[in-house]
Amino acid sequence: MSWLTKTLSSSIGKKILMAITGLFLCTFLIIHLVGNLQLFKSDSGYAFNTYTVFMTSNPLIKTVSYVLYASILFHAFWGLYLEYLNRKSRPIGYVVQKNQSSFASRKMAVLGTILLVYIAVHLGDFWAEYKFGHLPYVKYTENLTSGEITAVEHLPDTYQQQVKIVETYNEESGSKSVIVKNLYAEAEEAFSNPLLVLFYVLSMAVMGFHLSHGFQSGFQSLGLNHPKYNPFIQKVGLWIFAILIPIGFAIIPVYFLIK
Amino acid sequence: MAESTIKLDAKIPEGLLAEKWTKYRSTMPLVNPANKRNLEIIVVGTGLAGASAAATLAELGYKVKAFCFQDSPRRAHSIAAQGGINAAKNYQNDGDSTYRLFYDTIKGGDYRSREANVYRLAEVSTDIIDQCVAQGVPFAREYGGMLSNRSFGGVQVQRTFYAAGQTGQQLLLGAYSALERQVGMGAVDMFSRHEMLEVVMIDGKARGIIARNLITGELERHFGHAVVLASGGYGNVFYLSTNAMGSNVTAAWKATKHGAAFANPCFTQIHPTCIPVSGDHQSKLTLMSESLRNDGRIWVPLKKDDSRKAVDIPEEERDYYLERRYPAFGNLVPRDVASRAAKERCDAGFGVGHSKMAVYLDFAASFERYGHLEANKNNLHGLIQEEILDLGRAVVKEKYGNLFDMYKQITGEDPYQMPMRIYPAVHYTMGGLWVDYNLMTNVPGLYACGEANFSDHGANRLGASALMQGLADGYFVLPYTIGAYLSGEIRTKSIPTDHEAFVEAENAVKNRINKLLQIKGKQSPESFHKRLGKIMWDKCGMARNEAGLKEAISEIRALKDEFWTDVRVMGDVEEFNPELDKAGRVADFIELGELMCIDALNRNESCGGHFREEYQTEEGEALRDDANYIYVAAWTQKEDGSWQLNKEPLNYENIKIAQRSYK
Amino acid sequence: MSEGNMNITLKVWRQKNSKSQGNLETYDVKGISEDMSFLEMFDVLNEKLIVEDKEPIAFDHDCREGICGMCSMYINGRPHGPLEGVTTCQLHMRSFKDGDTIVVEPWRAQAFPVVKDLVTDRSAFDRVIAAGGFVSVNTGNAQDANAIPIPKTEADKAFAAAACIGCGACVASCKNASAMLFVSAKISQLALLPQGDPERQTRAINMVNQMDAEGFGNCTNTGACAVECPKEISLENIARMNREYLSASFTSSED
Repeated sequence: MSWLTKTLSSSIGKKILMAITGLFLCTFLIIHLVGNLQLFKSDSGYAFNTYTVFMTSNPLIKTVSYVLYASILFHAFWGLYLEYLNRKSRPIGYVVQKNQSSFASRKMAVLGTILLVYIAVHLGDFWAEYKFGHLPYVKYTENLTSGEITAVEHLPDTYQQQVKIVETYNEESGSKSVIVKNLYAEAEEAFSNPLLVLFYVLSMAVMGFHLSHGFQSGFQSLGLNHPKYNPFIQKVGLWIFAILIPIGFAIIPVYFLIK
Repeated sequence: MAESTIKLDAKIPEGLLAEKWTKYRSTMPLVNPANKRNLEIIVVGTGLAGASAAATLAELGYKVKAFCFQDSPRRAHSIAAQGGINAAKNYQNDGDSTYRLFYDTIKGGDYRSREANVYRLAEVSTDIIDQCVAQGVPFAREYGGMLSNRSFGGVQVQRTFYAAGQTGQQLLLGAYSALERQVGMGAVDMFSRHEMLEVVMIDGKARGIIARNLITGELERHFGHAVVLASGGYGNVFYLSTNAMGSNVTAAWKATKHGAAFANPCFTQIHPTCIPVSGDHQSKLTLMSESLRNDGRIWVPLKKDDSRKAVDIPEEERDYYLERRYPAFGNLVPRDVASRAAKERCDAGFGVGHSKMAVYLDFAASFERYGHLEANKNNLHGLIQEEILDLGRAVVKEKYGNLFDMYKQITGEDPYQMPMRIYPAVHYTMGGLWVDYNLMTNVPGLYACGEANFSDHGANRLGASALMQGLADGYFVLPYTIGAYLSGEIRTKSIPTDHEAFVEAENAVKNRINKLLQIKGKQSPESFHKRLGKIMWDKCGMARNEAGLKEAISEIRALKDEFWTDVRVMGDVEEFNPELDKAGRVADFIELGELMCIDALNRNESCGGHFREEYQTEEGEALRDDANYIYVAAWTQKEDGSWQLNKEPLNYENIKIAQRSYK
Repeated sequence: MSEGNMNITLKVWRQKNSKSQGNLETYDVKGISEDMSFLEMFDVLNEKLIVEDKEPIAFDHDCREGICGMCSMYINGRPHGPLEGVTTCQLHMRSFKDGDTIVVEPWRAQAFPVVKDLVTDRSAFDRVIAAGGFVSVNTGNAQDANAIPIPKTEADKAFAAAACIGCGACVASCKNASAMLFVSAKISQLALLPQGDPERQTRAINMVNQMDAEGFGNCTNTGACAVECPKEISLENIARMNREYLSASFTSSED
């Protein structure tokens, strides 16, 4: 074995891999949420739909997204493998156990598994729909001077799905027409189902718990524990990653449901 | 006692006191490295002395086998030492020197120890600190990064190095890590959960041991060119002591069965500040470090059977008896003196607590003193009394917090709010296997070091000197002196353990174990131990007298007979069986108890920890008899089981003997 | 010999040896005084069992003053019982109520097999120390003790880590039976002191490798170990060990 495989397959190396992938996923969450906040713009999904195009076609972002998929899969299955190993370390359990650790820290594998299911559903709802499914197209006409969306035209269902975006400029009227796949409409439709909304909201609660331990745990695994900075890391982990971000995500389906 | 006594040659080198060790060390025969690899040494016990000896011998190249009964060598009872370790470093520039440490130790031991041994101890004390620091022992330090020192009873310099109240732990973990390093390199074979049950003698020399694997119950034969016993003290003969539950005399006792002399068995140290007994269930006593007497005042009520709470007894109705009797030293008199004074007050009916066998150790005055100092230092004015006391409590907490917590845990009382109740308890045994200057017993090839031998503390040990002696023996004395013996053994090949001496020894052990199991009586080993402890404490404890000792001897003999006819040992041979281990140890304690009483009866004087009521001054102080008893009483067992007294006279060539006074 | 008025029902794990199956047995212990230590209550029970011609319960104990690290009972779901910063031997019956039922189990970990009843084999810890928990300095090698000044704060931190008593409560409490608090305490002690510097890298790597070989679980930073540690060893040590191990792995010139 090379020194690197030896290092990464040691108990410390194993958790380092969890920490690195986990913290990477945390940064993704911020970007994802910021992007998703465009759903709240009252522009009939113009900003969101064009943003979607950008995110799925920019080569750099595409590369990063492959790293992201890999990270999700690695983090999930490596975590489950570690859980399996850890359970083997105590073949006979206790009859009575009063744990002094937080609920979330003990149940990371369960929480993570729920999240994996959630991610699969979520990707199926949107990512797969966008990539392989049949989405309607929408045409936005934007006044280039005022930035106002002047017309929204839902196009017939006959558009080719390979095309993500068609932009045309009309210099005379000083406007731009954009034809894109209408993922926004997909969201509207999906989140009209109260059961799905409930599933999303609960999943975000699960994510909150997962991150309430996961974020600061990642720092500890990387050896970043210092009395001066620890309170800050813990606050960011709790308030931003365990509370604000999950709420931010959870509001979206609720918003569409009650809109 | 008509039989001829054995000759006890201490083998003290010639020459000036200060040069003996250096000269001797430079001229003793050596073993070359190639031969060391073929020489095997057995070390029994892994406390400070045993672990340091085993590690050092392995570093030198010998093949070492180390044994301990605990599940890990790190748990030997040295770990529980609190206060510190002495060394004549003179880092405090307060006039300390090798000679001063030597002198203090001899005087503290009430002039009953060997000059040459004690001088050597003082000499190597400085090397110990260097070695421990190099190992990474985290001693307390000053802000400048230099080592910190504190003072202990019986001396006027600051020479005690410490690591909070856990010095023994840190030193032992240092020695243990050195030992484990050798284990990791394969130079030491470590046998934990093994108990040595017999010495194997071949042609008059110690050549191995029989040990019981405490997990499987199997008896194992181990050969060694030499055997080192570092098995600790025998304070548990009193049942209640500050020793660990497992501390026992068995290894040393087996040596006496092969002619090894047991020296000064009656010299036991009773520590004045321990948490008192709370009931019959009590299994052990806990020490409150001597350092507490720096800040605590000891008192009892002036009135007999005063049942008021301590805080309700006004100042003028309290008797600060140490300050009253010993104005010069006050609460900081040596251990033996403080212990006897507490016993005197309690016996006279002035004791406190529900048992009436305790005195108060009161920190109220210190809370107030430190509180005012803190208030002044921080420019706080107009504080109410309770606020000042709180400031003082914080200072005391920083110094002794862990001890206060321990006290609260055990008694359920908060010593920050009310005085501690304390009472003397058995703590250390100065007596042990007789050894010469080389730490070899009178059995060739059989060595004893640390508390297991008798060598350095005379009739009373000074605080913070036990750690010093254990490590001195193990790191810096035995590894040299054993080489001189082994240099004569380089032609001795390893003796196979099917040698008849091993077979016989194993059979002897087997028979004894079977005998214990087959008695199938009614009483548990524990109950015998308790009864022995009570006899010893009542009649051979803090104060002894002729009549009591004679009674004790006959009671112990009767107890021995009862033990061997009515003990109940549960469980089987071939399994993990703590009851069997205990039974064997108690059987040895019973025999030792008798010898201690015989020794105490023989010594018609009071000195150090040995206080014979018949021999005291008018003020109740110990009265030594230097004309008749300035010798080491080394006892050997005769064929019929009775004990032969052998005397090693003590010659004081460098120190003028004087009466100890603390008034 | 009843001295008090507490009656306790004990459920204790009984197991003949490492090869046999064990189970919880129920015992009534009467007349317990609240001043008794938890182990003294076991003494009382064992004496009673002997009188009834039953085999006493085997449990590890030695110093009974909280420093040797031998005692190791998992009491009502927590190592060393309900109090924090306290070993089993320092736990007293006043922490319980008359009529309580107390479940007592041995440490549970693959790396700590049960020897008998409540006694486990913790020799894995010794092997971890033997792998690198030392400074390689032969007797006689040392320079003067004051030759290297060590800042008080660093010495204090090293001491706090060195206060570990090796009882194994960290392993017992960890849901993964991980030994990282124990191992990190020793690595930290020596990493904080200049004496430990020459072997800093090999120590971290060798000790972690040995820890893994012993079959302890991985750390998932739940923090239970630090809560249950009777000597209150800090989680900071585990982070330090992670750093030490990583920097050693990535920068040492050895493979």
